Amino acid sequence: MVAPLIDAKGDPKKLWIGVAIIGFVLLVLPFALASIGTAWVRITNLAILFVFLSLGLNIVVGFAGLLDLGYIAFYAVGAYVYALLASPHFNIHLPFWAILPIGAAAACLFGVLLGAPTLKLRGDYLAIVTLGFGEIIRIFLNNLYQPINITNGPQGIVTIDPFRIGSFNLATTDTFLGLTFSGPIKYYYFLLIVLVVVIVINIRLQNSRIGRAWEAIREDEIAARAMGINTRNMKLLAFAMGASFGGIAGGMFSAMQGFISPESFVLVESVMVLSMVVLGGMGNIFGVVIGALLLSFVPEILRYTVQPLQEALFGRMLLEPEVIRMLLFGLALVLMMLYRPAGILPSAVRKRELAKRENGPVG
Amino acid sequence: MDILLQQIINGLTLGSVYAVVALGYTMVYGIIQLINFAHGEVVMIGAMVAFTVISMLAGTSLPPVLIVVVGALVAIPVCMAVGYTMERIAYRPLRRAPRLAPLITAIGISIILQHVAMIIWSRNNLPFPQIIKVVPYHLTSNEEGATITNVQIAIIAMSVLMMGGLLFLVHRTKLGIAMRATSQNQLVAGLMGIDINKIIALTFVIGAGLGAVAGVMNGTYYGIAHYQMGFVLGLKAFSAAVLGGIGNLGGAMLGGVLLGLIEALGAGYVGDFTNGVFGSNYQDVFAFLVLIAVLVFRPSGLLGERVGDRA
Repeated sequence: MVAPLIDAKGDPKKLWIGVAIIGFVLLVLPFALASIGTAWVRITNLAILFVFLSLGLNIVVGFAGLLDLGYIAFYAVGAYVYALLASPHFNIHLPFWAILPIGAAAACLFGVLLGAPTLKLRGDYLAIVTLGFGEIIRIFLNNLYQPINITNGPQGIVTIDPFRIGSFNLATTDTFLGLTFSGPIKYYYFLLIVLVVVIVINIRLQNSRIGRAWEAIREDEIAARAMGINTRNMKLLAFAMGASFGGIAGGMFSAMQGFISPESFVLVESVMVLSMVVLGGMGNIFGVVIGALLLSFVPEILRYTVQPLQEALFGRMLLEPEVIRMLLFGLALVLMMLYRPAGILPSAVRKRELAKRENGPVG
Repeated sequence: MDILLQQIINGLTLGSVYAVVALGYTMVYGIIQLINFAHGEVVMIGAMVAFTVISMLAGTSLPPVLIVVVGALVAIPVCMAVGYTMERIAYRPLRRAPRLAPLITAIGISIILQHVAMIIWSRNNLPFPQIIKVVPYHLTSNEEGATITNVQIAIIAMSVLMMGGLLFLVHRTKLGIAMRATSQNQLVAGLMGIDINKIIALTFVIGAGLGAVAGVMNGTYYGIAHYQMGFVLGLKAFSAAVLGGIGNLGGAMLGGVLLGLIEALGAGYVGDFTNGVFGSNYQDVFAFLVLIAVLVFRPSGLLGERVGDRA
């Protein structure tokens, strides 16, 4: 899908044809999927959300080289901010365009809160601290229902408002130009627009002064500081930006699902997002998009194929699709690091860096 | 006063388990500066294997203590094999790779081990057969007062014994000298005729063996095993290792015991201090808060000396 885009770098005509084809496919896609089943449109929407998350995490891990294992916490913050401000729980019903920025800001604040004390830490320590941070957030979400009921504990928050602009509601079915737009299809188009914006932001970010500063920090922090980069602020910025992306994605998740609980924000989800980034190629935007789509869709396809296949072969289900999915994630992480550490679509710089280190000095 | 004493005893027991697990982290870290993220899973496998063995033998007329010992003796080699395989497949090829690479494989291994365990032992909580009769001993003349059980005594004694053995191994034997040499400088150690691959593999194996025992202790103490038990336990043990100063054996022990005490006392008193706003369900938060606080204020830990590139 992306290959023609990249190959055609020197040829604008081919590039535009490629963009037009992809654009057309993306526009028609939900109707094609809806003919198989509305469930697949929902799955696609969730996949796009994971693309957002992966792109957000990619800023922290891929661009700035800070391994964050608690990333899902920011997603949770965004989701809960949306849920609390747009549900009968507190009886507050703010419009989504007001809440999403609040959610992003809240997640950003948490990102800085996490980042500030951990800036001095080296990579692997940072990973563990972020992991602990993610767990702390989850424990609080689970327990903050007494003495004052804030998060409603393990039951989660229900009947969260969908996105609404005036009388136009993204969750209901509309007919327009003879086509039936169901709720998920409308969300799909909404997500698609946001996705394009997010990807453009990411590309612009990567090639900006900030992006280059992050890259320098990732490669060699001391050298980067010597070059006059304010490493502290830049790392904080990476955390804050990554977190805001997570927060926005969380808000959209909340609205789409209409229900959230701490169950959705466990460590496994952080690991999943990390797998997507690693699989696609840390630091490469299109790689990450592909990684996220792959790891979102393959398990779903497995879900529909593995069960009949096992029943046909063994007469009963031996391995649940969920288990196979997790085993796949684990294997993907291990095998990618062993054989293709730079990912499916490695970023040029990462590739060079990883190749060089192989012959580097011991210890 | 009795509650305080009781919490201290519970904390010491908990801390002993943390300390033994922390040793596994700290040994590996000391020698190749790698956080073996999957160590908690090794502990889990130890508990699971012991669960199977103990359940199988529980009906026989063997003395209960012997059954538990047999359980541990089966769990140890299994865990050692897991530890060795892990090192061989996932870490050795990446020894010269950038730091993030082995950490990511470690996460992968951890997920794989968890789910393989889930396939073998199901996703349910497995109740450890309570074959050892728990006998509480009163510490004060007061009948309602603090008690220490025989299981607690055994756990504390066992961990002290293992720590002592490990210290002896590292400081008094040839293998220990080789390990320390490897941790200081792999290249030079190799030139001195030390087979560093073997030493590193052995470090993993010994750590895994300790982890197996910790798993058995944890299982018999709480009476439960679960395929996800390794995660939080591992994380806390890692926090303990960092608290004491990672790479430092004494530090891991001190950190483990301290963390156990902090947790037990924290969970016991947080309700009183905050007027019931926070309860003991926040117990897990303490370990992480301790970890963050240590890393912020004293990244080298309590007993750590070398700071350099560590933090």
